[in-house]
Amino acid sequence: MKLIEVKNCYKVYNNGVTAIADLNLSIEKGEFVFVIGASGSGKSTFIKMLYREEKPTNGSVFVGGINVAKLRNSKVFKLRRKLGIVFQDFKLLPKLTVYENVAFALEAIGMHNKDIRPKVIKALENVGLKDKMRSFPNQLSGGEQQRVCIARAIVNEPRLLICDEPTGNLDPDISREIVGILDKINRELGTTIIMATHDRDIVNKMKKRVLLLDNGVLAGDDKKGSYVVHESN
Amino acid sequence: MKAIRIFTRGIRDSLKSVIRNFSLSTAAITCSSITLILVAVAMVISYNVKNVTSDLERELTIVVYIKDTGTEENINELKTSLDNMKNVASYKYKSKDEWKLEMKTYSDTFNTALDFLDTNPLLNSFTVTVKDVTHLKDTTEEIKKYDYVASADYGEGMAENLVKAFDVIEKVTIIIVLALVLVTAFLIGNTIKLTIFSRKSEIEIMRLVGASNVSIRLPFLFEGLFLGILGSIIPILVTIYGYVLLFDHFNGYLFTQIIRLAEPFNFILYVSGILVIIGAVIGMLGSYRAVRKYLKI
Repeated sequence: MKLIEVKNCYKVYNNGVTAIADLNLSIEKGEFVFVIGASGSGKSTFIKMLYREEKPTNGSVFVGGINVAKLRNSKVFKLRRKLGIVFQDFKLLPKLTVYENVAFALEAIGMHNKDIRPKVIKALENVGLKDKMRSFPNQLSGGEQQRVCIARAIVNEPRLLICDEPTGNLDPDISREIVGILDKINRELGTTIIMATHDRDIVNKMKKRVLLLDNGVLAGDDKKGSYVVHESN
Repeated sequence: MKAIRIFTRGIRDSLKSVIRNFSLSTAAITCSSITLILVAVAMVISYNVKNVTSDLERELTIVVYIKDTGTEENINELKTSLDNMKNVASYKYKSKDEWKLEMKTYSDTFNTALDFLDTNPLLNSFTVTVKDVTHLKDTTEEIKKYDYVASADYGEGMAENLVKAFDVIEKVTIIIVLALVLVTAFLIGNTIKLTIFSRKSEIEIMRLVGASNVSIRLPFLFEGLFLGILGSIIPILVTIYGYVLLFDHFNGYLFTQIIRLAEPFNFILYVSGILVIIGAVIGMLGSYRAVRKYLKI
């Protein structure tokens, strides 16, 4: 069953730069997919289109049956509630505790307090941070902050987890740990994971599907994840 | 139920935010307080100017004398006409006999002179108060049309100049109040905008985790509302205590008996109410506009 389907997709920015050109691909439910490519290859644009931060100029991008190309700005929140997003810079609220940061995602969608607590604790257990739920982000290491970000992304049990270079700011050991957590979520919860990354070691080690973007074009789609040699950098 | 939850969370988060962003909240409240004090002072002055001019305008009357040949019928006819004139607020009739009695009390000379005369040389008169002093002249002309009217005077020239001056003063004070309200709106709105701009990452994260525009906007709207209301507390206290002190200190008259200050109650309560409304509305509008910038609606 296809969770994501991109057809003849183009994205041209107002300054004339073509970020994505005639992109066609599909991703099945439960897959773990790496998106790789040099800087400016269109990775970030592709990822941003999936959660409708960017809108395709032409073509269609279906995410969980919703065509984000036709989704009105005022309805974007409905799409975002169905997916989790993990960022390179974590995007945690510094004045909220770990618990509050994760609960924030559920409060924002109007969930009842009594339902929020067990979900937040379960999500924090999944990323191994239950004992730090009263800490503030600035009291945590980079890896721990990223785990909070992952907990916030999965707390609403989304079918799709979009990760935009989640290990970009972390050292190799911590990066492996983070990808390990994502792999566990993929295997145990069946969550589809799309991860944009520059990290060759992780991609080669994980042996997952790899989408290679080059100048906005899909230059490679390897189901076995055995190569990254086409990457320009 | 969900709507109520979003609403109550909006109030809770906005209160938390006012406290957690203490320095920015203090800046916004101080800015609102200072500008609202200026508005309050301008409103107090404007209202008192209007009060004084109204007092003085009430003093402007038309004095009508009836010819000696005027009969009782003529006087009754004029009374009926005055009753029907749109601009006449009230009138007071005084017969020549009443005048004589009154004048005799003025001094012994008058008393002796009036007793010495066989006939009463005085005239029956009306003192007419008008509703709109700008039409004082027209009303006077209307009264003068009756041939048994000896004279109808309202202090031509002086009265008109006075009315014009009052009109200008009133307009100027209203313009000052409106200008100050606009300046206040701009200052408070911008300060609140700044407090929200500093938290654009918060709004961004709310959008990314799937919060609807309403649930993002509500806490900020409440925050603007609270900041505006908190900012109006000091101006209200200044207005109430300041004006009551001023009124008591001068016994209700400023420098001269002509400038009568308006009674403090309920006038200052109205001013306070207006200050709260200005603070609250501008606070909310400021935050509404600031959040809108980041919502991509």
